[in-house]
Amino acid sequence: MQQVVILAKGLSKTYRTGFWKTKPVLALDSLSLEVFENEIFGCLGPNGAGKSTTLKLLMSLIYPTAGYAEILGKSVASIEARRLIGYLPESPYFYEYLTAEEFLTYYGSLFGYSKSELKSRVARLLKLTDVFHARKLQLRKFSKGMLQRVGIAQAIINDPKVVFLDEPMSGLDPIGRREIRDLILQLKAEGKTIFFSTHILNDVETLCDRIAILNRGKLIGSGALNKLFAQDVSHIEVVVSGISPEKLRGLVGVEIPVTTNGSTSRLSLSAQAGLTEIIAGIERASGKIVSVNPARQTMEDYFLKLVGKPERQLNPKG
Amino acid sequence: MKVWPIARNTFRECVRDKVLYNLVIFAVLIIVSSLILGTITIGDVKQIIINLGLSTISLFGVFIAIFIGIQLVYKEIDKKTVYSLLSKPVARHEFILGKFIGLSITLAVNVAVMILGVYGAVLYLRHSFQAQDSQILLAGILILVELMLVIAIALLFSTFSTPALSALFTFSLYIIGHFNSDIREYGASSESWMTKVVASTTYYLLPNFGNFDIISRTAHGQFISSRVYMLSAAYGLVYSLGLVLVAIWIFQKRDFK
Repeated sequence: MQQVVILAKGLSKTYRTGFWKTKPVLALDSLSLEVFENEIFGCLGPNGAGKSTTLKLLMSLIYPTAGYAEILGKSVASIEARRLIGYLPESPYFYEYLTAEEFLTYYGSLFGYSKSELKSRVARLLKLTDVFHARKLQLRKFSKGMLQRVGIAQAIINDPKVVFLDEPMSGLDPIGRREIRDLILQLKAEGKTIFFSTHILNDVETLCDRIAILNRGKLIGSGALNKLFAQDVSHIEVVVSGISPEKLRGLVGVEIPVTTNGSTSRLSLSAQAGLTEIIAGIERASGKIVSVNPARQTMEDYFLKLVGKPERQLNPKG
Repeated sequence: MKVWPIARNTFRECVRDKVLYNLVIFAVLIIVSSLILGTITIGDVKQIIINLGLSTISLFGVFIAIFIGIQLVYKEIDKKTVYSLLSKPVARHEFILGKFIGLSITLAVNVAVMILGVYGAVLYLRHSFQAQDSQILLAGILILVELMLVIAIALLFSTFSTPALSALFTFSLYIIGHFNSDIREYGASSESWMTKVVASTTYYLLPNFGNFDIISRTAHGQFISSRVYMLSAAYGLVYSLGLVLVAIWIFQKRDFK
């Protein structure tokens, strides 16, 4: 039985807007989820889905209207819970008048470390996040990628058991994203649990063990990645050359879609269609088979299918 | 206790934002005034330099207390630094206390350096000190307490309001607070019981900045009893503490959207 690290039960948040604060806006609607030890958990959803609200509720930066949340068995509102966690806010702006070294020393001092302990921690993190060379530079002179790395450094200054990252890859160039991705994987290798929110699907596919998908404040799907996407082949793509599209259509029948691009044609066969017969038929007609690819449902297909249908409710236990 | 690192960082922010540069203006003002007054032989030049020095300390201090005070909390929320800070094991009351103490330390340094400047000017003009000159230091301490009260007002507004409105409210309270005893006298002389109730409620509820008004008496070398210093300082500190507690109470309940 895996240890539950993050637990949310019926977590809801309603904001009141308008001049008299009378108009309620439901930002999160009874979210229940469990995150287990040493997994990378992705919180996925379009903009305004409630990802940041979830993270802020877990950080106790906002208070829930209903429900509760615990981290390692401690209420998220407690100071003890915050000793065990690290948090990187969305597009963070840190104290720009501080140097990277001063900034990390400041945040480290909030954990009450001794001077020598603090010094060695800060030096280690500056090296780990590759900003050691710029440690004497004020943060206002940092690039977005460097700031994000300093942000991760401050999130792990206390060697936390759980790390929360809000959109850690947003606004970064491919190299920056790769660096952050490697850092996240390194944190997992060190035994930490990572909870991160994103709308970049590729990051989820490459990093996450399990995900939760939010849309309009509701959890609309969650579970292990390999269970969520059908592993079965959804269709087979056959690329053919040396045969005219008309001839090809006559060969395979009207129910199989054919698209043409220059001298090659692409067939999209359902898994049940007689692949061997079709290939044999094409070869008999002097056509050349360029490739045969079994296609699986992608993360993007799954995400769009769910978000396109917000009313669909999956089993939140996954 | 996480108050100290937060206070220290607030002080550092003020220094890096070049708040203490006002000392340069003060230095120029005191030096130029002393040189001019040095050439004048008639009248009490010492009285003028003390009056000028202490008034400038108070004026500069009030400007810093208001304009930095209103941003103390607002800036941290606006720049989103409060998100990462409060996700550390820091209680919200420690954050507010740290901010208050940090700016108070900044102003303490500011006032201390300026008071030294005033003593320097007195020494330059009179070549020696007299016993009642110790009252300059006591006046400086009382000005600092007054400034702490202004910080507390600005801090309170900055926990729920925009900087522009906070500045307006704080400045209004500072002005009204200086006429507070007039309001009481007006109420006492009025025959309407309504006016009496409103005037005395205003007097007791709003800060009475008249309590700290000892600059002109200090400049004239009048004796001020230790009881006046003690009571005025105690009044300012207790009032500030009350405002900081209200600021904490508001900040505790806030959502950081």
